[in-house]
Amino acid sequence: MTNKLFISALALSAAMSASAAMAEDLNVVCSNEQTWCDLMAQNFEAATGIDVAIVRKSTGEVLAQLRAEKGNPKVDVWWGGTGDPHIIAANEGLTQATGVDVSGLLGWAQNMTNMTGGKAVGVHVGLLGFIYNTEVLAEKNLPAPACWRDLAKPDYKGEIQVANPNSSGTAYTELATLVQLFGEDEAFKLLAEIGANVNQYTKSGSAPGKATARGETTIGIGFMHDMVKLKKDGFPVEIVAPCEGTGYELGAVSVVEGTPHLEAAKKWVEYVISAEGQSPGLEVGVYNIPSNPGAATDPEAPDMASIKLIDYDFATYGASETRERLLARWEKDVKGAGGAIEE
Amino acid sequence: MTRTARLWGLLGVAGFVLLPWYMVPGGVLSLGWPGDPAGASGLVAVLGGRVWLAGPGLALLAALAAGFLLRDPQARAKAWVICGVAGLVLLVAQGLLILGDGPRLAALGTAAQPGMGLGAFVTALALLFITTTGISARGRGRGDAFVTGLVGLIVALVGVFVFYPMAFVLIRAFELKGGAGFGLSEFLPRFFAAETWSLACLAGGWCGPAVNSLALALATGLGTTTLGLAFALIFTRTDFVAKKLLRVLTILPIITPPFVIGLALILLFGRAGTMTEFLHWAFGMEKTRWIYGFGGVWLAQMLSFTPIAFLVLIGVVEGISPSMEEASQTLDADRWQTFRRVSLPLMRPGLANAFLLGFIESLADFGNPLVLGGNFNVLSTEIYFAIVGTVADPAKAAILSMILLAMTLGAFLVQRRWLGRKSYATVTGKADNGQHASLNPGLKWACYATALPWAAFTLVLYALIVFGSFVKLWGYNHSFTLAHYKQAFAITFRNGLHFTGAAWDSYFSTLTIAAISAPLTAMVGLATAYLLVRQKFAGKDAFEFSTMLSFAIPGTVIGVAYVMAFNFPPIELTGTAIILILVFVFRNMPVGVRGGIAAMSQLDKSLDEASIMLGANSFTTLRRVILPLLGPAILAAITYSFVRAITSVSAVIFLVSARHNMATSFIVGRVENNEFGIAIAYSTVLIVTMLAAILALQAVIGRRRLRRSDRVAA
Repeated sequence: MTNKLFISALALSAAMSASAAMAEDLNVVCSNEQTWCDLMAQNFEAATGIDVAIVRKSTGEVLAQLRAEKGNPKVDVWWGGTGDPHIIAANEGLTQATGVDVSGLLGWAQNMTNMTGGKAVGVHVGLLGFIYNTEVLAEKNLPAPACWRDLAKPDYKGEIQVANPNSSGTAYTELATLVQLFGEDEAFKLLAEIGANVNQYTKSGSAPGKATARGETTIGIGFMHDMVKLKKDGFPVEIVAPCEGTGYELGAVSVVEGTPHLEAAKKWVEYVISAEGQSPGLEVGVYNIPSNPGAATDPEAPDMASIKLIDYDFATYGASETRERLLARWEKDVKGAGGAIEE
Repeated sequence: MTRTARLWGLLGVAGFVLLPWYMVPGGVLSLGWPGDPAGASGLVAVLGGRVWLAGPGLALLAALAAGFLLRDPQARAKAWVICGVAGLVLLVAQGLLILGDGPRLAALGTAAQPGMGLGAFVTALALLFITTTGISARGRGRGDAFVTGLVGLIVALVGVFVFYPMAFVLIRAFELKGGAGFGLSEFLPRFFAAETWSLACLAGGWCGPAVNSLALALATGLGTTTLGLAFALIFTRTDFVAKKLLRVLTILPIITPPFVIGLALILLFGRAGTMTEFLHWAFGMEKTRWIYGFGGVWLAQMLSFTPIAFLVLIGVVEGISPSMEEASQTLDADRWQTFRRVSLPLMRPGLANAFLLGFIESLADFGNPLVLGGNFNVLSTEIYFAIVGTVADPAKAAILSMILLAMTLGAFLVQRRWLGRKSYATVTGKADNGQHASLNPGLKWACYATALPWAAFTLVLYALIVFGSFVKLWGYNHSFTLAHYKQAFAITFRNGLHFTGAAWDSYFSTLTIAAISAPLTAMVGLATAYLLVRQKFAGKDAFEFSTMLSFAIPGTVIGVAYVMAFNFPPIELTGTAIILILVFVFRNMPVGVRGGIAAMSQLDKSLDEASIMLGANSFTTLRRVILPLLGPAILAAITYSFVRAITSVSAVIFLVSARHNMATSFIVGRVENNEFGIAIAYSTVLIVTMLAAILALQAVIGRRRLRRSDRVAA
C-alpha cells in the first residue's frame, strides 16, 4: 500500500529531471542590477540568437558558488560586479582566458585583462564618492562636506553611514583608496576619526546611499553611479566627488573554467564589451562609465576627466595578503575604537 | 509481509535491469535514453565494464531468491536483512568511492561514473525496504512492516539530505589554517573566541554575535508564544466578534516575503519614518535610529513568527477536552483556577513546541537582522558574511554554525525536560458536551489587551505595504500609479497570450516548486511525528533531534552545503528544480514534525488500540483514525511549507539557477536596487496568491470534528 506513495514520488522525480533538460544555451550569472541583467540578456538573444538564462547574485555569492562548484560548474559566464572578486576568481583558477580582442577598449579595461592573464575583461568603472541628504543637512544646519577630511569633523557626529569592509567590496575599495591617498598610518588615523562620526557600518555597500536618500542618515559613502540613480529618482540628495581625489572599482566579465558552452560564452563577452551592448544601460539607469569608448554616456553621470582620480593599484590591494592585513587592522584600529553609535 | 518483500525484490530487479542507472541528459521522461549508451541500465553497465555495480544487483537477486526458496520464516527474514544491508553498503560505497573524475583510492584505477539516476534510486529503495521488512519479520517494531519501513525510509532520507550535505560544511570547522589538514587545535579556541561571546554591551561596548543571537532568540521565543497563546485563547475561549478578520491578520505575516516587514518598519519608525516624524511634530520627541538594532529586529521577528506560534497553539488549545474543564468546575473550581490548574498544564506540549519553533526561527532568521540589524550582529548574518564577505572564511562559518546548533540542542533538551513524561492526551473518543470553559473576565481582557493592539499594528503595516505598491516613490512621491504592477505582471494579447512582465517566470516556477514541495513536506513531517509519538524504537531521541537539525542551521549554510554535496556524483542535482524541492522539504519538515507531535500527543492511544483490536493494521489506523483527527496539524504543515517555499531566501540564494529562479531572489535583487515599488508590488501579488491558496486548502482539508459542536460556554 505504501507503494502508491513511492510510485508517485518516482513519477515526480522523473518529471522534475525531465524539466531540468540541458539544452544548448548559455547560463549567465549577473552581479549588476536586475533590470540591466534582463535587458542585456534580451538584447544578446536578439543579436546572436543564443538562448540565455540569466540569474542575478551578488559578487560574494557568486564567488562562494564558483568555489563550491569548482570542477563541475553550472554557470558559463559571470558578468558584472566589482573587479576584486573577479581577480580572486582568476587567481584561484575558477575562470579561464578567452582570448577575446580587447584592443578597442579604454586603457583601464585592458589593464584588467593584462592583470588577470586575459581571464577577466573590464566592462565598467565606478567612482567612489559621497552623498548627502539636502533636507536633513539643512534641518541640522550642517555645512556640505567636500573632502574626505571634512568627514572627520566633529560636526558630523552620528551622521555618517558607510559599509563594513569585511562584508562589502565597496567599503574595501574606500579603505584601499584612503590608504593609497594618504599612506597607511595616516589613512587609519583618518578612518578612526571618521569612525567616530559613523552611526552604522552597514553590511551592503549600496545601503548607505539608499539610507541617505530616505533621510535615515545624513551622509553616505559609496559608488557615485548608484547615487546618480537615486538623484534621478527624485530624492533630495547631492553627490560629492572628494576634493583630495578618489578611487574606483573596475567591473569585469569572466568566463568560468570548465564551461561546456565556451563559444557562446565568448560571444557574450564580445557583446558586453561592444558599444552596441553597453549603450542601452542608460535606458535602465546604469550610470557607471562603460569600457567601450563608443558607448553612450549620460551628461549627469560622473566622468573620469572632470574628477581627480588616484592611480588605483589593483594588483597590490586586490591580493589576499594585503586584504587580510588591512582588514585586520581596520577591525582593531577603526571598528575596535568604537563610534558614535546613536541608538 | 512475504509479499511485500518479494514485491520490492521484483521491483528492484526490474529497476536494475531496465531503468537507466545514471542521470540521463534530458531527463527520464524525455524517453531519449533507451538505446543511448548514457541511458544504460545497471545490468548493461556491469556488462560494459562497470563491474562495481554488480554488488547491489546480486544482493537484490539473493534477497529475491531467499524470499522464494527459504521455507523457515526466521531464516528468510535473516537472509533479507543480510542481503539488504550488504546491497546498500555496496551501493553507497561505490557511489562515494568512484566519482565523476576518477576514484578516491588509487587502487581502483581510472574508473569514473556520472551521478546516479532513476535505476539507482529504485534499486536503493528496494534494498532499503527489503531490509526493513526483514527486520520487522524478525519481530522488531512489533512485527509491523509499515512502521519499520517508515523508520528506515525517514532515517535514509534525513541521512542523505541533511547529514550528508552538512558533513561537507561542518568538517571545515576543523580545517587548519593554510591547508594544513584537519585538527582540534584551532577549533576550540575559535569556538570559544572572546569576540563571539563578548558581553561588552553590558558595559556600553559591542556584544558578541552569539550573545546577541541567544538574547534575541529567547526574547522572540517568549514573545511569540505569549502572543500566539493570547490569539489562540481569543479564538477558542471567547465570543470575540471579528474572529475571521483576526484569523487573516494572524496569517498575513508568515505569507510576507522577506525584507518587506523590515522595509515597512523603517518607513514607519526609521529616523525619517512617518511615525517618527509625527511624534517629533506632536511631542517634540527626538528623531533617533532606535529601530536599527535589537529593538527593530525583535519587533520584526515578533511580527514574522507570532503566526507560527499561533498555528501550533490553536490546534492544541482547541483539542483540550471540555470534560477535563467540566470536571474541574464540577469540583467547584472557578474559571481562573480551571484555566490555571487544568487547561494551561494541558497546553504544555503546545507551549513548548511553539517556544522551540520561535526560538529556532529567530536564531536562523536572516532577512530581518540584515535589514534592521544596524550594529547589532547576530550569528546568521555573521555566517552569511563569513561565506560571501570580502575575505571568505568557511571555517569561521562552520564554527559559528556549530554554535547555533549547540544553542538549538540546548533549547531542545530544556524543552524535553520541561514536558517530562506526563500524558497530555485529552482527545479520547469519549463523549463530552463540547463546551469549552470560557475565560474569566480578567484573563479575557488581558488577552484582548495583548492581541488586539498587535492585530491593529499588523493591519496598519499591511495597509502601508499595499499603499507602497501603488505610489510612484514610497516615502517621497505619493502620486498613484500602476506602473510597478505593469512592469512585473504585464500581459499582452498578440497572436495569443504572452506573459511579458518581468516577474512571470520566477512567479510560475516559485508556485510550481512550492506546490510540489508542500505536500511532500507535510507527508514526511507527519510521518515522522507519528513515529515519534506512537511508536517505540531504539534511538528515538537521537532520531527526533536529527529531524530538527536542518531547521536550526541557517539557510545560507544549508544552501552552500547542498551545492557542495549535490554538485558532483554520486548525487548530482545542482541547477535542477529537484534540489530546490529537496531543500524546502528537509528544511521545513521540522514544522510538520513539531505540529504533528503537539497534535498527536493529545490523541489517546486507546483510539489506536481500538482500531487495531478491530483488525486494522497500523497503516489503516493511521489513515482512517489518526489522520482525520489531525486536520489542523496537516493544514498547518502544508500551509507552512507552501508559504516557506515561497518566502524563504537565504537557503535558495545559492541554489537558484537561471532556469529555475525564485520570487524571493528576484525581490531581493529589486530591493538592493532600491526599486521598492516593484518589489512591494510583487510581494503584494505573492501575498494575495498565498492567501487564496491557504483559504482553498482550508476549504478542502477543513476542520476536524472533535465533538458535536465547538462552543464556548456562556
